[in-house]
Amino acid sequence: MRQELNLQANHALLARANPLSKFAAVFLVTAVLALSIDWVSASVALVFELLLFPLAGLTLALLWQRGWPLIIAAAVGGWSTSILAPDSGKTLIDVGLWTMSEGSLELGAGFMLRGLAIALPAVLLMSCTDPTDLADALAQKARLPHRFVLGTLAAMRLVGLLAEEWQTIGMARRARGVGSRGNALRRVKATLGQSFGLLVQAIRRASRLAVTMEARGFGGGTRTWARESTYSWLDAWVLGGGVLVAGTAFATALWAGTWNMVWLGS
Amino acid sequence: MTAPSHHGAPAAVRPAAISARGWGWRHAGRAKPAVRALDLDIQPGERVLLLGPSGAGKSTLLHALAGVLGDVNDDGEAGESDESGSLLVDSASPREQRGRAGLMQQDPETQVVLSRVGDDVAFGAENLAVPRDEIWTRVHEALDDVGLSHLPLDHPTSALSGGQKQRLALAGILAMRPGLILLDEPTANLDPAGVLEVRDAVARCLDKTGATLVVVEHRVSVWKDLVDRIVVLQPGSSTESAVLLDGPPDQVLSEARSMLIAAGVWVPGYVPETRQRTEGPVPGTGDLLLAAEELAVSRARARRKGFRKLPPVPVQQGISAQVRAGQALAITGPNGAGKSTFALTLAGLLEPVAGKVSATLALSRGAGIDPYRWKAEQLIERVGTVFQEPEHQFVTGKVLDELLFGPQHLGHGAERVDELLERLRLTELVDANPYTLSGGEKRRLSVATVLAAHPQVLVLDEPTFGQDANTWAELASFLSELLDSGTAVVSVTHDAEFTAALGGTELRMAAAPAVAS
Repeated sequence: MRQELNLQANHALLARANPLSKFAAVFLVTAVLALSIDWVSASVALVFELLLFPLAGLTLALLWQRGWPLIIAAAVGGWSTSILAPDSGKTLIDVGLWTMSEGSLELGAGFMLRGLAIALPAVLLMSCTDPTDLADALAQKARLPHRFVLGTLAAMRLVGLLAEEWQTIGMARRARGVGSRGNALRRVKATLGQSFGLLVQAIRRASRLAVTMEARGFGGGTRTWARESTYSWLDAWVLGGGVLVAGTAFATALWAGTWNMVWLGS
Repeated sequence: MTAPSHHGAPAAVRPAAISARGWGWRHAGRAKPAVRALDLDIQPGERVLLLGPSGAGKSTLLHALAGVLGDVNDDGEAGESDESGSLLVDSASPREQRGRAGLMQQDPETQVVLSRVGDDVAFGAENLAVPRDEIWTRVHEALDDVGLSHLPLDHPTSALSGGQKQRLALAGILAMRPGLILLDEPTANLDPAGVLEVRDAVARCLDKTGATLVVVEHRVSVWKDLVDRIVVLQPGSSTESAVLLDGPPDQVLSEARSMLIAAGVWVPGYVPETRQRTEGPVPGTGDLLLAAEELAVSRARARRKGFRKLPPVPVQQGISAQVRAGQALAITGPNGAGKSTFALTLAGLLEPVAGKVSATLALSRGAGIDPYRWKAEQLIERVGTVFQEPEHQFVTGKVLDELLFGPQHLGHGAERVDELLERLRLTELVDANPYTLSGGEKRRLSVATVLAAHPQVLVLDEPTFGQDANTWAELASFLSELLDSGTAVVSVTHDAEFTAALGGTELRMAAAPAVAS
């Protein structure tokens, strides 16, 4: 987990952009896609996104590794939409309750593509944004309170430790005779006990970390920033790219006549 | 970059002076004060080792000097606490002087704040509002001073060893240019190589900056040559002073040698006496109970990559060992060699990556050959494991319930509980909450709880880490009795004296091959 949070090996172009501009671009694209269930705008956005992945230092294999649950969820969603949505047009498959027609297939494909097109930018964003850089941007550019931002950042580092500690506590409790195998009730009881143990350790760790931070002068009014969060020409490109993807998707769907506002129904 | 620094050469460190007058402190929610009536003066640039039995308030004093006392204590409780008298750093309250003192605590994991080396060192200086250009000058200098300058600034802090994490913490402190460096058992969680690494880094930095040092540590020999004064504290009473002894190291150590030994301090050149085994152990004798063959071990489980399942990369492989009744097996080797992982696999708590652990009929008694497949109840009456951190194993809210827990699950064996309470000096504490015990008491309790289930094999992970000499000797003597009574004892340890005290065979594990993550 901690290795995955660490992106020092990622020297891709998008990793150098300011996290806030990346957030803004992703927000633009997903906002447009959230407005319509049509396959044209989703496909256009998806094609753009797949073209952009190398810029985030991602390969298809890496993308699958990090995003497979989302990809499967989108496929399953598309499938169930196509068999359950109200039929229109020519019927393609008819198995009793389940029918798939041209209209429902189109809706299902739109649903799946849209799911992917909305989910992938999040994977892309996470893959090329270092948490420390994000914290810097949030505190320096978005002007969020630094105590809150840095406290959260330091706590996130402990999350990885807690995952290790969970495993250790599980073993330590098995060595005391608390079985985590067996029937469901036993497992629930064992998990509750283990969670309590983890909670105690988490609080201890957190208070020691708080002492460490305070002893390093954290919590005062003014502080300087060793890393300056800056905007550069790259960020203009990132924002421009977001506008371009969102705009093209919207315009193509309008032109193809498939634009279909979610709340207007069909 | 913003405006360049016009400060020129950084101001030299101004060593801090400490003055305590009748100072006392009571933690919120505690009946007795942690420190009472402390009178102490420390001159700028002095290097002081603080000794004393647990409960003498050493850590409390360090926290107070660091200006972090009062908001949150170690249990995370906030509330009403009491302060009396005065405690001053350079004639002002430590709380009002952020950055004047730097504090290093025991647990390396919580001494690191951020996930990249350079950022972590910069953190303190940022909080003191040092200009950006000067911060990076200080970061490079501090990393150089602690011997970590070979690491790139974006090196992940999670990839550092315990000793490196403590040196990193020292660099973070140095970057604040404090006049007072406070070390609270900085090496208690480290292996011998890590201890020296940290000690030498501290020595270099003090020679360079001339800062005042106050260090709390049980192991006197590590710090004796570095300090020029030893102060022995005692639990305060209303009539006596909190300072029991104060003077140059050699003088204090000779004057108070027997008193320090009685208090459990590791005095140089002294190894506590432990019980000898009645029969000289003959390696290779005793019934074979457990055997590891060509074992490959890892803490990680099989990972999922998309649909594929990848077996974990073993931290160590090709390990073979035998555990015999009445025999001690010591697992030694450098940090990261996979010693604990191996012991946990041997103890049926981790699944082997390759190879196998097999129990003989003398141990399995019908439960099957593979300890990892045993049910928890079957495991605890065959193989007992004492973890490095006792708190990980506490499952109830009372010492007595902790001891009865195993026997109750098994439906028998409560008769041994009284004997264990007596033998491990826990009788007075039966009603206490396990989490509130001292370090030594927790260790004794964790050993007793595991033994209450009558295991034939006892596995201990670093049982002597951070323990004072008294607990150490008690533990070694107790284990030698267990060995004589036919229990097999497997211990993972860095402690050569402990290994020698138990005798038996030693399994030395080499450093694990570097594995790319």
